[in-house]
Amino acid sequence: MTTAVADAHEAHDHHGPATGIRRWLFTTNHKDIGTMYLVFSLIMFFIGGAMALVIRSELAIPGLQFVHPEFFNQMTTMHALIMVFGAVMPAFVGLANWMIPMQIGGPDMALPRMNNWSFWILPVAFGILLSTLFMPGGAPASGWTMYPPLVLQTGDAFPFLIFSVHLMGLSSIMGAINIIVTIINMRTPEMTLIRMPMFVWTWLITAYLLLAVMPVLAGAVTMLLTDQFFGTSFFLAAGGGDPVMFQHIFWFFGHPEVYIMILPAFGVVSEIIPTFSRKPLFGHDAMVYATASIAFLSFIVWSHHMFTVGMPLSAQLFFMFATMLIAVPTGVKVFNWVATMWRGAMSFETPMLFALAFIFLFTIGGFSGLMLAIVPSDIQYHDSYFVVAHFHYVLVPGSIFAIMAAAYYWLPKWTGHYYDETAGKVHFWLSTIFVNLTFFPMHFLGLAGMPRRIPDYSTQFADFNLVASIGAMGFGLSQLIFVYVLLTAKKGAQATAGVWDGSKGLEWTVPSPAPYHTFDEPVHVDRSVAFPKDPNV
Amino acid sequence: MIRNISTGLLGLAWATAANADWQLNMPRGVTELSAETYELHMMAFWVCTAIGLLVFGAMIISLLLHRKSKGVAAAQFRHSTGVEILWTAIPVLILLAMAVPAARTMIKLEDSRNPDLTIVVTGYQWKWHYRYQDQDLAFYSSLARPSLEARQKNSGIDPFDVENYLRDVDRPLVVPVGAKVRVLLTSNDVLHAWWVPDFAIKKDAIPGMVNEMWFQALKVGTYRGQCAELCGKDHGYMPVVVEVVEAEAFNEWVAANGGVTTRTFADNR
Repeated sequence: MTTAVADAHEAHDHHGPATGIRRWLFTTNHKDIGTMYLVFSLIMFFIGGAMALVIRSELAIPGLQFVHPEFFNQMTTMHALIMVFGAVMPAFVGLANWMIPMQIGGPDMALPRMNNWSFWILPVAFGILLSTLFMPGGAPASGWTMYPPLVLQTGDAFPFLIFSVHLMGLSSIMGAINIIVTIINMRTPEMTLIRMPMFVWTWLITAYLLLAVMPVLAGAVTMLLTDQFFGTSFFLAAGGGDPVMFQHIFWFFGHPEVYIMILPAFGVVSEIIPTFSRKPLFGHDAMVYATASIAFLSFIVWSHHMFTVGMPLSAQLFFMFATMLIAVPTGVKVFNWVATMWRGAMSFETPMLFALAFIFLFTIGGFSGLMLAIVPSDIQYHDSYFVVAHFHYVLVPGSIFAIMAAAYYWLPKWTGHYYDETAGKVHFWLSTIFVNLTFFPMHFLGLAGMPRRIPDYSTQFADFNLVASIGAMGFGLSQLIFVYVLLTAKKGAQATAGVWDGSKGLEWTVPSPAPYHTFDEPVHVDRSVAFPKDPNV
Repeated sequence: MIRNISTGLLGLAWATAANADWQLNMPRGVTELSAETYELHMMAFWVCTAIGLLVFGAMIISLLLHRKSKGVAAAQFRHSTGVEILWTAIPVLILLAMAVPAARTMIKLEDSRNPDLTIVVTGYQWKWHYRYQDQDLAFYSSLARPSLEARQKNSGIDPFDVENYLRDVDRPLVVPVGAKVRVLLTSNDVLHAWWVPDFAIKKDAIPGMVNEMWFQALKVGTYRGQCAELCGKDHGYMPVVVEVVEAEAFNEWVAANGGVTTRTFADNR
């Protein structure tokens, strides 16, 4: 009798994951869901990357060699949609799932069943989106910005595009609600808001951005849908509508979206730099305020994507000034990272290398962003390869490098083993060399006058295009090393709870690998470990 | 194709600064405003370079000196309100200094009053239509034949053998040098954008709307650009070519094409 009770008790206390496919289909565990998000995002990264390589192959030399222009446009459109909504955003949600409960000392996400649902919507959404490649008329080819009237020329894929965007939005909104509720309610009592780690802070602010703008995108694409099928004329001039209005609505979503993809990256870097500098983050509170300022400003700069649509001078001036202002809090973040490193005792493991490259290369993307804010120059840069260079600098060695840094940083915590450090470093160096080889020449192409989204170009652009294509192939192949690192992730030495020499924070107080359930009770730990920010320590 | 690749690789191997194809920077252009735009671009570039040198310099010094392998002990300082205020305030001042000249140029860009010549440009999938408002002269301008043939998939024609590949048209826009040309821009179907880098003007052609911009080319020559707003499958194949000619030659051209010549142009540079 007593044994049976003990057994039941045991089973209740230490129940692990279900077995087989049921574990993944029905799981409500934040670590399982985090893993699924990350794996999904990696798959999408490779699919979107393959499309990028189709684009770069066609653009390697002048003339059309491999694809027709209509398919080329499908590739640029699908590459962007998949990378933005399928790779970068889910990767950060995956990291949030894994790390936020562990960083705030909470047992799980606040809304575990919704968590499961918000993940499982994604494979459906992208299944639908990818299936459009096989439909009459092909996949959407109007660019990820879906500007009317061109987008209304999409073939059978059109309603599927709209529906899949709705689903992605639904997933993001649920994910955002979950993250907000978790951060507000699930913190261990001693962790006040201002004490929260930067990754948690940046995600809290990001989640509010998502909540604010994903419904706006849903509204915009719904209006496209009714324009196409139900006789409305929101965006059709012939019926009294305004094609430019779509752009205003889209970029009211689109600009905060840019920060949705970079703020969590700031959070990741703000975790990694202190660890490997063995020094607390400089200006933690200033970083929080800077992040909040960027988020606020992100709502009042959208028209800088549209300086060539023909706006009143006063509007152009306002959006130029507001856009330039973003450089201030962004600068504060970069300066604080440098101050964090200053007089530290740095070591250069793979996560640190990726974080350092992030600071260098994201800053280059920030510089071209500042140049783009200057309206007369922007009129030249707009829709040229200069813009392509700019946003790839902030997204690839920006967001993607931060995601890589985060994966290497927390991988030993997830698997309980150190990954192959040599392979990690090779992955880093090849990625860094090739990413610059790919995207740096695009600045020159844009300044020389090459428009974006063209399948073929004048011969004067041939040289740098070939360089960029060689870089892209190299970058793509280098990512296979990352797969190797993941496949061999459990073969390395057993990781300690702290994993890294200078790691501070609650996630490093639990064993490696992190048990299936962590922080079932309010956590009691040495405050100096838990709250590196705490000024009383 | 093999030949193309080898041509490209050869070009890569023999790259020199003298090779004009490796163009690095924005053209200075041939209008007053294109020169101003170029100056603004270079100003922003040098400001960014200076800030970059400071920030990256500090980072590199730190990366070289403050390494664990050098046996240094990490300092533990963590905030300084004074420093935060300083590096918030200084960038604001730099930005103000950049914004003022930019605003000055923007005001000029918007001032299209008193044009000498007005041209209505209409975007079509995938060609341009030009109408000279007062000369009663109109025509379409599409990709030139040699480019059209070479651009077909696996056409067997090496683009390097085609003069101005993809940047040549059957009938270019012709304007007199020194004239203030007002461009009224619209579209017949989807969005397009009319761009000539040497004039530093680009604006969207939007169905149902008329956009306005202007240029005053100060140098005779042929200037080439392209549609800059994705407009469907042949977006890459609707170039813009503008021939800037002497006023006298323009008058002759209008007459030769059956346009109204009540107004003749004189060089008013």
